[in-house]
Amino acid sequence: MGRYVLRRLLQLIPVFLGTTFLIYALVWAIPQDPFAGKCGQRPCDPAYIAEMSQKLNLNDPLVVQYFKYLGNLVVGDFGTTFNGVSVGEQIATSWPITLKMGIIALIIEAVIGIIAGVLTGLRKSGFLDNLVLVSTLFLISLPVFVTGFVLRLYLGPQGFDIMDTSVSSDPTFGELILPGFVLGSLSMAYVARLTRTSIVENRRADYVRTAIAKGQPQSRVVGIHLLRNSLIPVITFLGTDLGSLMGGAIVTEGVFNINGIGGLIFRGIQEKEGVMVTGIVTLLVLVYLLMSLLVDLLYAVLDPRIRYE
Amino acid sequence: MEFRTRDGVAKVLNGVSYHVAAGETLAVLGESGSGKSVTAQTIMGILDTPPGFITNGSIRFRGEDLLKKSAEERRQVRGEGIAMIFQDALSALNPVFTIGFQIEEQLKVRRGMSKADARKRAIELLDQVKIPNAKGRVTDYPHQFSGGMRQRAMIAMSLALDPELLIADEPTTALDVTVQAQIMDLLAEIQKERDMGMILITHDLGVVADVADRISVMYAGRIVEHADVYELFRAPGHPYTESLLESLPRVDLRGQELKTIKGLPPSLTNIPPGCPFNPRCPRVFDRCTTEVPAVHNLGMGRTSRCHIAEEVVARG
Repeated sequence: MGRYVLRRLLQLIPVFLGTTFLIYALVWAIPQDPFAGKCGQRPCDPAYIAEMSQKLNLNDPLVVQYFKYLGNLVVGDFGTTFNGVSVGEQIATSWPITLKMGIIALIIEAVIGIIAGVLTGLRKSGFLDNLVLVSTLFLISLPVFVTGFVLRLYLGPQGFDIMDTSVSSDPTFGELILPGFVLGSLSMAYVARLTRTSIVENRRADYVRTAIAKGQPQSRVVGIHLLRNSLIPVITFLGTDLGSLMGGAIVTEGVFNINGIGGLIFRGIQEKEGVMVTGIVTLLVLVYLLMSLLVDLLYAVLDPRIRYE
Repeated sequence: MEFRTRDGVAKVLNGVSYHVAAGETLAVLGESGSGKSVTAQTIMGILDTPPGFITNGSIRFRGEDLLKKSAEERRQVRGEGIAMIFQDALSALNPVFTIGFQIEEQLKVRRGMSKADARKRAIELLDQVKIPNAKGRVTDYPHQFSGGMRQRAMIAMSLALDPELLIADEPTTALDVTVQAQIMDLLAEIQKERDMGMILITHDLGVVADVADRISVMYAGRIVEHADVYELFRAPGHPYTESLLESLPRVDLRGQELKTIKGLPPSLTNIPPGCPFNPRCPRVFDRCTTEVPAVHNLGMGRTSRCHIAEEVVARG
């Protein structure tokens, strides 16, 4: 196991370098002039261009630029935007908000999705089963921004006034529940269906019959023997999903006006703030890689038939 | 016992009756689809309803009718009173839990044993079924065991609560011949030691001859013949049993074509009128296609559902 973890960690290095280099190249090498439109209607002052080019290493070959950037990242320096704002500080304020929302979304999709999946998987083609199938189809068909706007409108003061849907600049967990639900809604539908299929497949398995024949109580037959086997694919999905939830937060954060990573990256792209974009995307890549490593390791714990040598 | 399916009602079991005493082995013999496993699962109460419905009958265990008990009471009987082992131990054992966990679970949940005591007992049980280095293997997963060892572990698990009756549903079918013999020996030994009743479900006549005291032969969801094992092999009392015995390969008949039973067993949604075996029976005559044979008592506890049972026995 230890050797497997080490090998798996080493594998992360080329993947990390490859993806981040690609992002760096896309941001800095493809747009012709990074200074276009940066100084209002006029072209930028040559002195300013020279200074910034020096600062961003734009005169170096791309590969050298990239490694200089990487070197700064290693010591925690994300660089500054054209306006001189520290990208590291921006990320430090936005990151916890998005992470909080992502975790809320993950918890909501895991809890509701798994419960719905188990209940419908055990009682196929009942009322509940049809209800869950239809409602998940509904969630899957609707784009997240529609779900977001509709919920925000109808639950908020202008609608049925059930809750305060506005989110402050330093949001609490409570404020983030609704945005978290919206963010996780699509995945929740997938989790419910995945769990349902998995339960339906496994409930007739021989080992379930054995557990019943042993006279184990129904709660243990389902909760221990059936669930442990059925949740393996679901856990895999949930693990990799945290990465996509962070990336997918752009839309939800836009709808709810949340000052998170999504908003930051959106503005970064719009305003051609290359330093901002590469910084955040690199961070997202890192989260994604670590989560998939975690899932791979978890897999061996959940399913002992998979042992890594 | 019937299965209600989209293709109609399948009368899976019909007039099946047998009994087992402590320390006795009853073999239930039959082709695939003859209803032998369904009978066992009905006794255990582990058939799914729907599609399975028990329309009438009784299952008496220690003098009490199991069918009159509540679901919770029946659950208490499973494992404790009647235990069952299955054909394919690899799929019958839960792949994600250790062998030890699956044995200890019984002791902890059903007997309220402590973790340490349960582990000790699990190792003892594995020792009893002759798993070498039981102490070291108790933490292994099913896939780390060989086929024979898995079946041994399965047996150990079924013995955890000291059942009075063990139902073994084709316990050796998935195993090599040499391992088959070892498992059968083990079962026979354990049964003797514990004076436990055993219902051995099989389609293998060799296995039957080895360990069974009495045999019930099933065909199309009915018991067609019931006899003492020596009597049955000496002189079968039903043409179906007769055909089964004739289809065994024999060394002294090498070179001759092996006799088989022509045709296929009937679909249980469409059992032929009269005797269900009549389309395949070598001794068929007109009465067989119209009249269901009654149970003929052949003496010494032998019965046969054949119109000419007496004649068949006499000729054997």
